[in-house]
Amino acid sequence: MKKSMKKLLSLGLAIAMAASLTACGSGKASEGTTAAGTDTKGEAQTTDAGGASGEGTFKIGGIGPISGSTAIYGQAVKNGAELAVEEINANGGINGTKIEFNFQDDENDTEKSVNAYNTLKDWGMQMLVGTVTSAPCIAVGAESTNDNMFQLTPSGSAVDCTKFENQFRVCFSDPNQGAASAQYIGENKLATKVAVIYDSSDVYSSGIHDKFISEAANQGIEITADEAFTADNNTNFSVQLQKAQDSGAELVFLPIYYSQAALILAQAKQMGYEPAFFGCDGLDGILTVENFDTALAENLMLLTPFAADAQDELTQKFVASFKEKYGETPNQFAADAYDAVYAVKAAAEKAGITADMDASAICDKLKTAMTEISINGLTGENMKWNADGEPDKAPKAIKIVNGAYTAM
Amino acid sequence: MMSFISYFINGLSLGSVYAIIALGYTMVYGIAKMLNFAHGDVIMIGGYVVFTVVSTMGLGPVAGILLAVILCTVLGVVIEGVAYRPLRMASPLAVLITAIGVSYLLQNIALLVFGSNPKSFTSVVTIPALKLAEGKLTISGETIVTIISCVVIMIGLTTFIKKTRAGQAMLAVSEDKGAAQLMGINVDGTIALTFAIGSALAAIAGALLCSAYPTLTPYTGSMPGIKAFVAAVFGGIGSIPGALIGGLLLGVIENLSKAYISSQLSDAIVFAVLIVVLLVKPTGILGKKINEKV
Repeated sequence: MKKSMKKLLSLGLAIAMAASLTACGSGKASEGTTAAGTDTKGEAQTTDAGGASGEGTFKIGGIGPISGSTAIYGQAVKNGAELAVEEINANGGINGTKIEFNFQDDENDTEKSVNAYNTLKDWGMQMLVGTVTSAPCIAVGAESTNDNMFQLTPSGSAVDCTKFENQFRVCFSDPNQGAASAQYIGENKLATKVAVIYDSSDVYSSGIHDKFISEAANQGIEITADEAFTADNNTNFSVQLQKAQDSGAELVFLPIYYSQAALILAQAKQMGYEPAFFGCDGLDGILTVENFDTALAENLMLLTPFAADAQDELTQKFVASFKEKYGETPNQFAADAYDAVYAVKAAAEKAGITADMDASAICDKLKTAMTEISINGLTGENMKWNADGEPDKAPKAIKIVNGAYTAM
Repeated sequence: MMSFISYFINGLSLGSVYAIIALGYTMVYGIAKMLNFAHGDVIMIGGYVVFTVVSTMGLGPVAGILLAVILCTVLGVVIEGVAYRPLRMASPLAVLITAIGVSYLLQNIALLVFGSNPKSFTSVVTIPALKLAEGKLTISGETIVTIISCVVIMIGLTTFIKKTRAGQAMLAVSEDKGAAQLMGINVDGTIALTFAIGSALAAIAGALLCSAYPTLTPYTGSMPGIKAFVAAVFGGIGSIPGALIGGLLLGVIENLSKAYISSQLSDAIVFAVLIVVLLVKPTGILGKKINEKV
């Protein structure tokens, strides 16, 4: 009797645990659907799964992490894209057709991203603005090319994010960022002795790193220390920093994401090492980490195509409406997304697509139209695309001064 | 030479954190004969409590650590009472699976309550860095405090077990649970006390870990937890001085292999050393050889 009681109890415990896990899961899912916005309410039931929509609106999907350790990127992309969609709709839409935008969370996880893609397809998506991060983008790319779904990623920078014909991007690719960083450091004479700390287990980080190292030689930059870490060992950087310091590096190049960079900056301070730090777009967002001491990031430089304090009219108008709507200063991911939606609009108008076309027919037309358009966006003037999906625009760098981005 | 000393000291600092965590594993294993895989996650909870008290409520670091110690102690006792005690007579495998379940449960609760965005942890250590050899060698305040706390905790714990009645009861339970019960020792109470001490140490380890490597996510505790488990096995699981030696060795080996062999392969090297040690001495460095009585 006693024994069976215990079995019952342990069974109960197991069920309780399983239930709590499912509870977490469903919590996230519901977050995803609320994130999709109220304007999509009720649409899911009325559209068929085939992807064709006869309701007179263009259905654009978005995928990215709005929870998880890279949530800052996804949230920025979602906000930037929604702002652009609102503006376009207020001004009469694409050739008079309104846009519906539905954004799904993928937590920067490849599996969840593919699930989000399927959810959007069921909703009737005709074009995809996404995904935000590289690894999910590659996973979704395999699906989208099968479906011949037009895909424009605002910020997926890995080479393979534009592997297929249907894929384009707004940001620079990783190798381009690596080369551009080396050129920027070399041309502006920021340093001649440079140490690199990168994540060898991450495709984004090692992609930039490899190209940076090969381009550095052409720029007269000496790589004094080339140190790696992996995802399983990404909190203790004392050794890497020590080696950089011992090698006499004047500048440490960080082609990594902001959460590790925040740790590196803190640990460099603990050990009293004060070189210049230079990074790529992965560092964007470091100022918004909760409880982060922004003094640590003072003088941090990063290569990013967008600076919120730029004086041109387009940027100022964008920053003002973004601040009004979301109460914070937009970062480059928001700008990338904003440009992505306008690029879709420009290409759609060029191609003359209509809302009753199915996703595959739209994709065929947009593929050609993308290489014919030229837009003045937030992240570059006269942006053009080639058939490989790569953008053509000039890189810019910004510096953090007094806790704010400043154009260099 | 200076840089070698610096790598070594940083290794000791990392190793001290591993050692404090390993103590929790080793005590629970020694006394209850079970692997408490949720230990790493109690560390994470401790870190979040300190973060909430210090950064959100604005109280001092001492209040933060005290509250973390109290809450983690309660948490440890509750986990033991609810999840492990009913399984005391069950097979070791059932207990192990339950422990893994508790670990995921804690991670998911943290995910729900605090979200998964990383939080930047304000160091609880306020003493300044020590500069030696004309500034060539800098030892951070966090390193000093971590190493000192580790030594103090180790001495305190050894004294507690040797000199107090409760400590003696722990020894007795670890030797033979049945006989201890016959001698009038409250076995359940002793095991609960073990969990209380282990979890209190986890709270301290959490504060130190997050101060030295100032980031906090719901998964902060899992990798250090696994490493500390390795350290406990390395030193001989069940042995308190073994946890200290295992933890320190692990930290130093990890840092030195990062510095002199490869920064990518350090984990592989650490685990390779573990395999070699276990091949030569299957019970770990200070582990006792137990002859099975037939």
